[in-house]
Amino acid sequence: MSVLESTQQAREGGLPAPGVPVSDLDPYSADVLIDPYPYYEMLRELGPVVWLEKYGVYAVARYDQVKQVLSEADKFGSSAGIGLTNFHTEEPWRKPSIILEVDVPDHTRTRKVFTRILSPKALNALRERFEREAEKLVTALIEKGECDAVADFAHAFPIKVFADAVGVPAEGREHLLPYGDMVFNAFGPVNDRFRECLTKLGPSSEWIAHACRRDVLTKDGFGAQLYAAADAGEITEEEAGMLVRTMLSAGLDTTIFTLSNAMASLGRHPDQWAILRDEPSRSRAVLEEVLRYDPTFQSFYRTTTRAVELAGVPIGAEQKILVFIAAGNRDPRHWANPDTFDVRRQATGNVAFGTGIHGCAGQMIARLEGEILLRVLATRVDSLELLGEPEVHFNNTVRGYSRMPMRITPRVAAS
Amino acid sequence: MKDGSQSEIEVEPGANVMRTAVDAGLPGIFAECGGACMCATCHVYVDQDSVQAFPPVGEVEEEMLECTVAERLPVSRLSCQLVVPEGVATVVVRVPDAQT
Ligand code: FES
Repeated sequence: MSVLESTQQAREGGLPAPGVPVSDLDPYSADVLIDPYPYYEMLRELGPVVWLEKYGVYAVARYDQVKQVLSEADKFGSSAGIGLTNFHTEEPWRKPSIILEVDVPDHTRTRKVFTRILSPKALNALRERFEREAEKLVTALIEKGECDAVADFAHAFPIKVFADAVGVPAEGREHLLPYGDMVFNAFGPVNDRFRECLTKLGPSSEWIAHACRRDVLTKDGFGAQLYAAADAGEITEEEAGMLVRTMLSAGLDTTIFTLSNAMASLGRHPDQWAILRDEPSRSRAVLEEVLRYDPTFQSFYRTTTRAVELAGVPIGAEQKILVFIAAGNRDPRHWANPDTFDVRRQATGNVAFGTGIHGCAGQMIARLEGEILLRVLATRVDSLELLGEPEVHFNNTVRGYSRMPMRITPRVAAS
Repeated sequence: MKDGSQSEIEVEPGANVMRTAVDAGLPGIFAECGGACMCATCHVYVDQDSVQAFPPVGEVEEEMLECTVAERLPVSRLSCQLVVPEGVATVVVRVPDAQT
Protein backbone atom coordinates (compact mmCIF):
# COMPACT_ATOMS: atom_id res chain seq x y z
CA MET A 1 0.00 0.00 0.00
CA SER A 2 1.42 3.36 -0.96
CA VAL A 3 1.67 6.35 1.34
CA LEU A 4 -1.12 8.01 -0.55
CA GLU A 5 -3.51 5.10 -0.13
CA SER A 6 -2.89 4.48 3.55
CA THR A 7 -3.29 8.10 4.54
CA GLN A 8 -6.43 8.36 2.52
CA GLN A 9 -7.99 5.49 4.39
CA ALA A 10 -6.85 6.90 7.70
CA ARG A 11 -8.63 10.13 6.90
CA GLU A 12 -11.99 8.43 6.57
CA GLY A 13 -13.96 8.41 9.76
CA GLY A 14 -13.78 12.17 10.48
CA LEU A 15 -17.05 13.65 11.65
CA PRO A 16 -18.88 16.82 10.63
CA ALA A 17 -20.02 19.53 13.04
CA PRO A 18 -23.46 18.74 14.52
CA GLY A 19 -26.39 19.72 12.31
CA VAL A 20 -24.43 19.85 9.06
CA PRO A 21 -26.24 17.97 6.27
CA VAL A 22 -24.40 14.83 5.19
CA SER A 23 -24.26 13.50 1.65
CA ASP A 24 -22.93 10.18 0.37
CA LEU A 25 -22.27 11.67 -3.08
CA ASP A 26 -19.04 10.71 -4.80
CA PRO A 27 -18.38 13.71 -7.04
CA TYR A 28 -15.68 11.71 -8.85
CA SER A 29 -17.95 8.86 -9.98
CA ALA A 30 -18.56 8.44 -13.69
CA ASP A 31 -22.28 9.23 -13.35
CA VAL A 32 -21.54 12.59 -11.82
CA LEU A 33 -18.83 13.42 -14.33
CA ILE A 34 -21.15 12.75 -17.27
CA ASP A 35 -23.69 15.33 -16.08
CA PRO A 36 -22.74 16.88 -12.74
CA TYR A 37 -25.33 19.66 -12.65
CA PRO A 38 -28.31 17.81 -11.11
CA TYR A 39 -25.99 16.58 -8.36
CA TYR A 40 -24.78 20.10 -7.73
CA GLU A 41 -28.35 21.23 -7.36
CA MET A 42 -28.89 18.54 -4.77
CA LEU A 43 -25.82 19.71 -2.82
CA ARG A 44 -26.86 23.38 -3.01
CA GLU A 45 -30.31 22.53 -1.70
CA LEU A 46 -28.94 20.53 1.23
CA GLY A 47 -27.40 23.64 2.75
CA PRO A 48 -24.66 26.26 2.52
CA VAL A 49 -22.09 23.79 3.89
CA VAL A 50 -22.40 20.04 3.38
CA TRP A 51 -20.36 17.09 4.64
CA LEU A 52 -19.24 14.54 2.03
CA GLU A 53 -18.89 11.40 4.09
CA LYS A 54 -17.11 9.36 1.46
CA TYR A 55 -14.08 11.63 1.65
CA GLY A 56 -14.50 13.20 5.09
CA VAL A 57 -14.55 16.75 3.72
CA TYR A 58 -16.88 19.73 3.79
CA ALA A 59 -18.23 21.03 0.51
CA VAL A 60 -19.70 24.34 -0.63
CA ALA A 61 -21.83 24.60 -3.77
CA ARG A 62 -23.70 27.88 -3.34
CA TYR A 63 -22.33 31.00 -5.02
CA ASP A 64 -21.92 33.07 -1.85
CA GLN A 65 -19.98 30.43 0.06
CA VAL A 66 -17.86 29.53 -2.95
CA LYS A 67 -16.93 33.16 -3.32
CA GLN A 68 -16.32 33.63 0.38
CA VAL A 69 -14.01 30.65 0.70
CA LEU A 70 -12.02 31.76 -2.35
CA SER A 71 -11.83 35.37 -1.21
CA GLU A 72 -10.72 34.72 2.37
CA ALA A 73 -7.37 33.19 1.53
CA ASP A 74 -6.03 33.78 5.04
CA LYS A 75 -8.63 31.41 6.52
CA PHE A 76 -8.98 29.03 3.61
CA GLY A 77 -5.44 28.34 2.54
CA SER A 78 -3.81 26.73 -0.49
CA SER A 79 -0.48 25.60 0.94
CA ALA A 80 -1.97 22.28 2.04
CA GLY A 81 -2.61 21.64 -1.66
CA ILE A 82 -5.71 22.41 -3.69
CA GLY A 83 -6.54 18.72 -4.04
CA LEU A 84 -7.92 16.20 -1.58
CA THR A 85 -4.43 15.33 -0.31
CA ASN A 86 -3.32 17.46 2.64
CA PHE A 87 0.34 18.33 1.96
CA HIS A 88 0.82 19.21 5.60
CA THR A 89 0.18 15.63 6.65
CA GLU A 90 0.43 13.52 3.50
CA GLU A 91 2.94 13.11 0.72
CA PRO A 92 2.01 14.76 -2.58
CA TRP A 93 2.56 12.91 -5.87
CA ARG A 94 4.83 15.67 -7.10
CA LYS A 95 6.45 18.74 -5.63
CA PRO A 96 3.73 21.28 -4.84
CA SER A 97 3.35 24.17 -7.23
CA ILE A 98 5.08 27.30 -5.94
CA ILE A 99 2.29 29.57 -7.09
CA LEU A 100 -0.88 27.49 -6.88
CA GLU A 101 -0.15 25.67 -3.67
CA VAL A 102 1.38 28.32 -1.44
CA ASP A 103 0.00 31.05 0.81
CA VAL A 104 0.99 34.66 1.36
CA PRO A 105 3.80 35.81 1.54
CA ASP A 106 5.50 33.10 -0.60
CA HIS A 107 2.68 33.40 -3.08
CA THR A 108 3.07 37.15 -3.58
CA ARG A 109 6.55 36.85 -5.03
CA THR A 110 5.79 34.25 -7.68
CA ARG A 111 2.39 35.67 -8.45
CA LYS A 112 3.88 39.05 -9.23
CA VAL A 113 6.12 37.60 -11.92
CA PHE A 114 3.22 35.70 -13.50
CA THR A 115 1.01 38.76 -13.42
CA ARG A 116 3.55 40.82 -15.29
CA ILE A 117 4.23 38.21 -17.96
CA LEU A 118 0.53 37.50 -18.49
CA SER A 119 -0.84 41.04 -18.09
CA PRO A 120 -3.28 42.44 -20.67
CA LYS A 121 -0.58 44.81 -21.86
CA ALA A 122 1.93 42.03 -22.45
CA LEU A 123 -0.73 39.98 -24.22
CA ASN A 124 -1.56 42.70 -26.70
CA ALA A 125 1.64 41.82 -28.49
CA LEU A 126 0.24 38.34 -29.17
CA ARG A 127 -3.12 39.37 -30.56
CA GLU A 128 -2.09 39.58 -34.20
CA ARG A 129 -0.31 36.25 -34.14
CA PHE A 130 -3.34 34.59 -32.53
CA GLU A 131 -5.62 36.10 -35.17
CA ARG A 132 -3.46 34.80 -38.00
CA GLU A 133 -3.42 31.31 -36.57
CA ALA A 134 -7.17 31.38 -35.94
CA GLU A 135 -7.76 32.28 -39.59
CA LYS A 136 -5.58 29.40 -40.72
CA LEU A 137 -7.29 26.95 -38.45
CA VAL A 138 -10.82 27.96 -39.40
CA THR A 139 -9.88 27.79 -43.09
CA ALA A 140 -8.67 24.22 -42.59
CA LEU A 141 -11.86 23.37 -40.72
CA ILE A 142 -14.03 24.71 -43.52
CA GLU A 143 -12.08 22.74 -46.10
CA LYS A 144 -12.67 19.59 -44.11
CA GLY A 145 -16.40 20.17 -43.72
CA GLU A 146 -16.85 17.31 -41.32
CA CYS A 147 -14.45 17.42 -38.42
CA ASP A 148 -13.76 16.44 -34.85
CA ALA A 149 -14.28 19.72 -33.03
CA VAL A 150 -12.05 18.48 -30.22
CA ALA A 151 -8.96 17.41 -32.18
CA ASP A 152 -9.29 19.83 -35.09
CA PHE A 153 -10.44 22.91 -33.20
CA ALA A 154 -10.18 22.82 -29.42
CA HIS A 155 -6.82 21.00 -29.29
CA ALA A 156 -5.25 22.45 -32.35
CA PHE A 157 -5.40 26.11 -31.40
CA PRO A 158 -3.84 26.22 -27.89
CA ILE A 159 -1.32 23.52 -28.80
CA LYS A 160 -0.11 25.89 -31.47
CA VAL A 161 -0.52 29.39 -30.06
CA PHE A 162 -0.14 28.87 -26.33
CA ALA A 163 2.77 26.46 -26.56
CA ASP A 164 4.41 28.86 -29.04
CA ALA A 165 3.87 31.73 -26.61
CA VAL A 166 5.54 29.80 -23.80
CA GLY A 167 8.31 28.84 -26.21
CA VAL A 168 8.44 25.04 -26.01
CA PRO A 169 9.68 22.93 -28.93
CA ALA A 170 7.14 22.07 -31.64
CA GLU A 171 8.24 18.45 -31.57
CA GLY A 172 6.54 16.31 -28.90
CA ARG A 173 3.82 18.69 -27.80
CA GLU A 174 1.38 15.80 -27.62
CA HIS A 175 3.04 15.01 -24.28
CA LEU A 176 1.59 18.16 -22.78
CA LEU A 177 -1.93 16.76 -22.67
CA PRO A 178 -1.38 13.60 -20.58
CA TYR A 179 0.67 15.69 -18.18
CA GLY A 180 -2.14 18.19 -17.66
CA ASP A 181 -4.62 15.34 -17.37
CA MET A 182 -2.52 13.92 -14.54
CA VAL A 183 -2.24 17.22 -12.73
CA PHE A 184 -6.01 17.67 -12.74
CA ASN A 185 -6.78 14.07 -11.83
CA ALA A 186 -4.46 14.46 -8.87
CA PHE A 187 -6.66 17.12 -7.29
CA GLY A 188 -9.19 14.38 -6.68
CA PRO A 189 -8.88 11.10 -4.78
CA VAL A 190 -6.40 8.35 -5.57
CA ASN A 191 -8.93 6.38 -7.61
CA ASP A 192 -8.58 4.11 -10.63
CA ARG A 193 -8.69 7.11 -12.92
CA PHE A 194 -5.72 8.67 -11.12
CA ARG A 195 -3.75 5.41 -11.06
CA GLU A 196 -4.29 4.67 -14.73
CA CYS A 197 -3.25 8.18 -15.64
CA LEU A 198 -0.09 7.94 -13.53
CA THR A 199 0.95 4.66 -15.12
CA LYS A 200 0.73 6.13 -18.58
CA LEU A 201 2.59 9.29 -17.68
CA GLY A 202 6.26 8.21 -17.86
CA PRO A 203 7.63 9.65 -21.11
CA SER A 204 5.44 12.75 -20.91
CA SER A 205 6.92 13.70 -17.57
CA GLU A 206 10.40 13.46 -19.05
CA TRP A 207 9.45 15.50 -22.07
CA ILE A 208 8.02 18.27 -19.87
CA ALA A 209 11.15 18.35 -17.70
CA HIS A 210 13.21 18.74 -20.87
CA ALA A 211 10.92 21.39 -22.38
CA CYS A 212 11.13 23.57 -19.25
CA ARG A 213 14.90 23.97 -19.51
CA ARG A 214 16.32 27.38 -20.21
CA ASP A 215 18.43 26.20 -23.15
CA VAL A 216 15.50 24.41 -24.77
CA LEU A 217 12.96 27.25 -24.62
CA THR A 218 12.77 29.90 -27.35
CA LYS A 219 14.40 33.22 -26.55
CA ASP A 220 11.29 35.40 -26.59
CA GLY A 221 8.54 33.38 -24.92
CA PHE A 222 6.99 33.38 -21.45
CA GLY A 223 9.46 30.68 -20.47
CA ALA A 224 12.44 32.87 -21.33
CA GLN A 225 10.81 35.73 -19.42
CA LEU A 226 10.56 33.54 -16.34
CA TYR A 227 14.27 32.79 -16.58
CA ALA A 228 14.90 36.51 -17.04
CA ALA A 229 13.07 37.07 -13.75
CA ALA A 230 15.49 34.59 -12.22
CA ASP A 231 18.43 36.54 -13.67
CA ALA A 232 16.95 39.68 -12.11
CA GLY A 233 16.92 37.94 -8.75
CA GLU A 234 13.12 37.94 -8.36
CA ILE A 235 12.94 34.15 -8.25
CA THR A 236 15.54 31.42 -8.25
CA GLU A 237 16.67 29.51 -11.33
CA GLU A 238 14.96 26.38 -10.04
CA GLU A 239 11.75 28.29 -9.41
CA ALA A 240 11.80 29.61 -12.96
CA GLY A 241 11.81 26.05 -14.25
CA MET A 242 8.97 25.11 -11.92
CA LEU A 243 6.91 28.06 -13.06
CA VAL A 244 7.36 27.11 -16.70
CA ARG A 245 6.01 23.71 -15.72
CA THR A 246 3.06 25.30 -13.93
CA MET A 247 2.31 27.42 -16.96
CA LEU A 248 2.29 24.40 -19.24
CA SER A 249 0.20 22.21 -16.96
CA ALA A 250 -2.29 24.92 -16.05
CA GLY A 251 -2.62 26.69 -19.37
CA LEU A 252 -3.23 24.07 -21.98
CA ASP A 253 -5.72 21.35 -21.12
CA THR A 254 -7.87 23.97 -19.45
CA THR A 255 -8.14 26.17 -22.53
CA ILE A 256 -8.62 23.13 -24.73
CA PHE A 257 -11.52 21.95 -22.62
CA THR A 258 -13.02 25.42 -22.49
CA LEU A 259 -12.97 25.56 -26.28
CA SER A 260 -14.52 22.09 -26.49
CA ASN A 261 -17.22 23.14 -24.04
CA ALA A 262 -17.87 26.22 -26.15
CA MET A 263 -18.35 24.08 -29.24
CA ALA A 264 -20.62 21.66 -27.38
CA SER A 265 -22.79 24.45 -26.01
CA LEU A 266 -22.97 26.30 -29.31
CA GLY A 267 -23.63 23.06 -31.20
CA ARG A 268 -26.48 22.16 -28.85
CA HIS A 269 -28.03 25.63 -28.94
CA PRO A 270 -28.24 26.73 -32.59
CA ASP A 271 -30.20 29.84 -31.59
CA GLN A 272 -27.31 30.97 -29.40
CA TRP A 273 -24.81 30.22 -32.16
CA ALA A 274 -26.92 32.38 -34.47
CA ILE A 275 -26.58 35.31 -32.06
CA LEU A 276 -22.80 35.00 -32.20
CA ARG A 277 -22.73 34.48 -35.96
CA ASP A 278 -24.81 37.58 -36.55
CA GLU A 279 -22.59 39.61 -34.27
CA PRO A 280 -19.09 38.10 -34.07
CA SER A 281 -17.88 41.00 -31.92
CA ARG A 282 -19.83 39.42 -29.08
CA SER A 283 -17.35 36.57 -28.88
CA ARG A 284 -15.80 37.63 -25.58
CA ALA A 285 -19.17 37.79 -23.85
CA VAL A 286 -20.14 34.45 -25.41
CA LEU A 287 -17.00 32.88 -24.03
CA GLU A 288 -17.80 34.30 -20.61
CA GLU A 289 -21.19 32.62 -20.68
CA VAL A 290 -19.56 29.32 -21.68
CA LEU A 291 -17.28 29.73 -18.67
CA ARG A 292 -20.27 30.27 -16.43
CA TYR A 293 -22.50 27.60 -17.91
CA ASP A 294 -20.04 24.75 -18.29
CA PRO A 295 -16.71 25.68 -16.72
CA THR A 296 -13.65 23.56 -17.25
CA PHE A 297 -12.54 23.52 -13.62
CA GLN A 298 -15.40 21.98 -11.70
CA SER A 299 -14.03 21.88 -8.19
CA PHE A 300 -10.91 22.04 -6.03
CA TYR A 301 -10.08 22.36 -2.37
CA ARG A 302 -9.07 24.86 0.21
CA THR A 303 -7.84 23.88 3.69
CA THR A 304 -8.69 25.77 6.88
CA THR A 305 -5.61 27.46 8.30
CA ARG A 306 -7.19 27.74 11.76
CA ALA A 307 -10.54 27.15 13.45
CA VAL A 308 -13.08 29.17 11.45
CA GLU A 309 -16.78 29.63 11.01
CA LEU A 310 -18.40 29.28 7.62
CA ALA A 311 -22.12 30.02 7.22
CA GLY A 312 -22.52 29.38 10.92
CA VAL A 313 -20.70 26.06 10.86
CA PRO A 314 -17.67 25.80 13.15
CA ILE A 315 -14.81 24.13 11.28
CA GLY A 316 -11.53 23.04 12.83
CA ALA A 317 -8.04 23.73 11.48
CA GLU A 318 -6.54 21.61 8.68
CA GLN A 319 -9.96 20.65 7.38
CA LYS A 320 -10.40 20.21 3.63
CA ILE A 321 -13.26 22.06 1.96
CA LEU A 322 -14.32 21.08 -1.54
CA VAL A 323 -15.23 24.21 -3.49
CA PHE A 324 -17.64 23.51 -6.35
CA ILE A 325 -17.08 26.53 -8.55
CA ALA A 326 -19.15 24.99 -11.33
CA ALA A 327 -22.08 24.69 -8.91
CA GLY A 328 -21.72 28.32 -7.81
CA ASN A 329 -21.97 29.33 -11.44
CA ARG A 330 -25.44 27.76 -11.57
CA ASP A 331 -26.77 28.90 -8.22
CA PRO A 332 -30.29 30.32 -8.68
CA ARG A 333 -29.67 32.46 -5.59
CA HIS A 334 -27.30 34.48 -7.76
CA TRP A 335 -28.23 33.86 -11.39
CA ALA A 336 -31.57 34.15 -13.16
CA ASN A 337 -32.38 30.92 -15.06
CA PRO A 338 -28.95 29.51 -14.30
CA ASP A 339 -29.47 26.33 -16.33
CA THR A 340 -30.16 28.30 -19.50
CA PHE A 341 -27.24 28.89 -21.85
CA ASP A 342 -27.86 32.53 -22.71
CA VAL A 343 -25.01 34.30 -24.49
CA ARG A 344 -26.74 37.65 -24.04
CA ARG A 345 -26.55 37.54 -20.27
CA GLN A 346 -24.06 39.45 -18.15
CA ALA A 347 -21.93 36.49 -17.15
CA THR A 348 -19.03 38.31 -15.52
CA GLY A 349 -18.77 37.56 -11.83
CA ASN A 350 -18.82 33.85 -12.55
CA VAL A 351 -16.14 31.95 -10.69
CA ALA A 352 -14.84 29.71 -13.49
CA PHE A 353 -11.33 31.07 -12.93
CA GLY A 354 -11.72 31.25 -9.17
CA THR A 355 -11.42 34.66 -7.56
CA GLY A 356 -9.20 36.60 -5.19
CA ILE A 357 -5.44 36.30 -4.91
CA HIS A 358 -5.40 32.77 -6.32
CA GLY A 359 -7.71 33.61 -9.21
CA CYS A 360 -6.30 32.06 -12.39
CA ALA A 361 -3.23 34.03 -13.50
CA GLY A 362 -3.73 32.82 -17.07
CA GLN A 363 -7.33 33.90 -17.39
CA MET A 364 -6.60 36.86 -19.64
CA ILE A 365 -4.67 34.78 -22.17
CA ALA A 366 -7.37 32.11 -21.99
CA ARG A 367 -10.00 34.77 -22.73
CA LEU A 368 -7.86 36.17 -25.54
CA GLU A 369 -7.49 32.76 -27.19
CA GLY A 370 -11.21 32.03 -26.89
CA GLU A 371 -12.35 35.47 -27.94
CA ILE A 372 -10.26 35.44 -31.10
CA LEU A 373 -10.99 31.89 -32.16
CA LEU A 374 -14.74 32.19 -31.63
CA ARG A 375 -14.84 35.50 -33.44
CA VAL A 376 -13.02 34.17 -36.48
CA LEU A 377 -15.25 31.09 -36.48
CA ALA A 378 -18.36 33.25 -36.33
CA THR A 379 -17.10 35.46 -39.15
CA ARG A 380 -16.46 32.59 -41.53
CA VAL A 381 -18.95 29.88 -40.62
CA ASP A 382 -22.68 29.78 -41.16
CA SER A 383 -23.68 26.75 -39.14
CA LEU A 384 -22.33 24.17 -36.72
CA GLU A 385 -24.06 20.83 -36.57
CA LEU A 386 -23.30 18.13 -34.03
CA LEU A 387 -23.18 14.77 -35.80
CA GLY A 388 -23.51 12.77 -32.58
CA GLU A 389 -23.30 13.15 -28.83
CA PRO A 390 -19.93 14.59 -27.81
CA GLU A 391 -17.85 12.06 -25.86
CA VAL A 392 -17.07 13.17 -22.31
CA HIS A 393 -13.44 13.20 -21.24
CA PHE A 394 -13.30 11.75 -17.75
CA ASN A 395 -11.12 13.62 -15.30
CA ASN A 396 -11.47 14.08 -11.54
CA THR A 397 -11.42 17.86 -11.68
CA VAL A 398 -11.77 19.28 -15.17
CA ARG A 399 -14.64 18.86 -17.56
CA GLY A 400 -14.43 18.66 -21.32
CA TYR A 401 -14.82 16.34 -24.26
CA SER A 402 -12.58 13.88 -26.03
CA ARG A 403 -14.44 13.67 -29.35
CA MET A 404 -17.09 15.78 -31.02
CA PRO A 405 -18.06 15.00 -34.63
CA MET A 406 -19.34 18.16 -36.26
CA ARG A 407 -20.32 19.49 -39.67
CA ILE A 408 -19.13 23.01 -40.41
CA THR A 409 -20.92 24.92 -43.14
CA PRO A 410 -19.14 28.05 -44.34
CA ARG A 411 -20.87 31.31 -45.04
CA VAL A 412 -21.60 31.86 -48.69
CA ALA A 413 -19.00 34.36 -49.80
CA ALA A 414 -20.60 37.62 -50.84
CA SER A 415 -19.06 38.28 -54.22
CA MET B 1 -20.33 57.76 -13.00
CA LYS B 2 -19.46 57.70 -16.66
CA ASP B 3 -22.16 60.24 -17.41
CA GLY B 4 -20.97 62.48 -14.61
CA SER B 5 -23.75 61.43 -12.26
CA GLN B 6 -23.00 60.37 -8.72
CA SER B 7 -24.22 57.36 -6.90
CA GLU B 8 -24.07 56.93 -3.21
CA ILE B 9 -23.82 53.51 -1.75
CA GLU B 10 -23.23 52.70 1.85
CA VAL B 11 -19.95 51.02 2.50
CA GLU B 12 -19.05 48.90 5.45
CA PRO B 13 -15.60 48.71 6.93
CA GLY B 14 -13.87 45.64 5.59
CA ALA B 15 -15.90 45.67 2.37
CA ASN B 16 -14.18 45.42 -0.97
CA VAL B 17 -14.87 48.53 -3.07
CA MET B 18 -15.11 46.69 -6.39
CA ARG B 19 -17.44 44.05 -4.98
CA THR B 20 -19.64 46.62 -3.26
CA ALA B 21 -19.99 48.57 -6.49
CA VAL B 22 -20.65 45.50 -8.62
CA ASP B 23 -23.17 44.07 -6.14
CA ALA B 24 -24.96 47.42 -6.12
CA GLY B 25 -25.17 47.23 -9.91
CA LEU B 26 -23.12 50.35 -10.57
CA PRO B 27 -22.15 50.49 -14.24
CA GLY B 28 -18.65 51.34 -15.38
CA ILE B 29 -16.76 48.87 -13.22
CA PHE B 30 -16.22 45.83 -15.36
CA ALA B 31 -14.12 43.61 -13.10
CA GLU B 32 -13.68 40.90 -15.69
CA CYS B 33 -11.24 38.89 -13.59
CA GLY B 34 -13.44 39.01 -10.52
CA GLY B 35 -10.89 40.65 -8.28
CA ALA B 36 -7.83 38.59 -9.08
CA CYS B 37 -5.83 41.71 -10.02
CA MET B 38 -5.38 40.41 -13.55
CA CYS B 39 -7.56 42.53 -15.80
CA ALA B 40 -7.37 46.23 -14.85
CA THR B 41 -11.05 46.67 -15.74
CA CYS B 42 -12.03 47.77 -12.24
CA HIS B 43 -10.03 50.98 -12.54
CA VAL B 44 -11.27 53.97 -10.52
CA TYR B 45 -10.07 57.46 -9.68
CA VAL B 46 -10.19 57.89 -5.95
CA ASP B 47 -11.20 61.33 -4.72
CA GLN B 48 -8.33 63.31 -3.20
CA ASP B 49 -10.01 63.29 0.21
CA SER B 50 -10.38 59.52 0.19
CA VAL B 51 -6.94 58.69 -1.19
CA GLN B 52 -5.30 58.83 2.21
CA ALA B 53 -7.72 56.29 3.61
CA PHE B 54 -6.15 53.45 1.64
CA PRO B 55 -2.77 51.80 1.91
CA PRO B 56 -0.41 52.58 -0.98
CA VAL B 57 -0.56 50.78 -4.32
CA GLY B 58 0.67 47.19 -3.99
CA GLU B 59 3.34 45.68 -6.23
CA VAL B 60 0.98 43.57 -8.28
CA GLU B 61 -1.53 46.39 -8.51
CA GLU B 62 1.27 48.62 -9.80
CA GLU B 63 1.97 46.20 -12.68
CA MET B 64 -1.69 46.09 -13.52
CA LEU B 65 -2.27 49.83 -13.33
CA GLU B 66 0.02 50.11 -16.32
CA CYS B 67 -2.61 48.22 -18.29
CA THR B 68 -5.62 50.49 -17.75
CA VAL B 69 -7.44 51.61 -20.87
CA ALA B 70 -8.28 55.07 -19.55
CA GLU B 71 -5.42 57.33 -18.58
CA ARG B 72 -3.63 56.46 -15.38
CA LEU B 73 -3.61 59.35 -12.92
CA PRO B 74 -1.90 59.68 -9.55
CA VAL B 75 -5.27 58.86 -7.95
CA SER B 76 -5.79 55.74 -10.05
CA ARG B 77 -6.48 52.54 -8.15
CA LEU B 78 -7.87 49.11 -8.91
CA SER B 79 -11.06 48.98 -6.89
CA CYS B 80 -10.73 45.23 -6.34
CA GLN B 81 -7.64 45.95 -4.28
CA LEU B 82 -9.36 48.50 -2.05
CA VAL B 83 -10.80 47.48 1.27
CA VAL B 84 -12.79 50.06 3.18
CA PRO B 85 -10.83 50.85 6.36
CA GLU B 86 -12.30 50.95 9.87
CA GLY B 87 -13.92 54.24 10.74
CA VAL B 88 -14.49 55.32 7.12
CA ALA B 89 -18.09 55.93 6.15
CA THR B 90 -17.77 57.49 2.70
CA VAL B 91 -15.45 56.71 -0.13
CA VAL B 92 -15.70 58.85 -3.23
CA VAL B 93 -14.48 57.39 -6.49
CA ARG B 94 -14.89 58.41 -10.11
CA VAL B 95 -15.30 55.82 -12.81
CA PRO B 96 -13.12 56.34 -15.91
CA ASP B 97 -14.85 56.61 -19.27
CA ALA B 98 -13.45 53.32 -20.51
CA GLN B 99 -12.46 50.00 -19.00
CA THR B 100 -12.06 47.85 -22.10
S1 FES C 1 -11.24 43.09 -11.02
FE1 FES C 1 -9.65 42.56 -12.37
S2 FES C 1 -8.04 43.78 -11.71
FE2 FES C 1 -9.64 44.32 -10.38
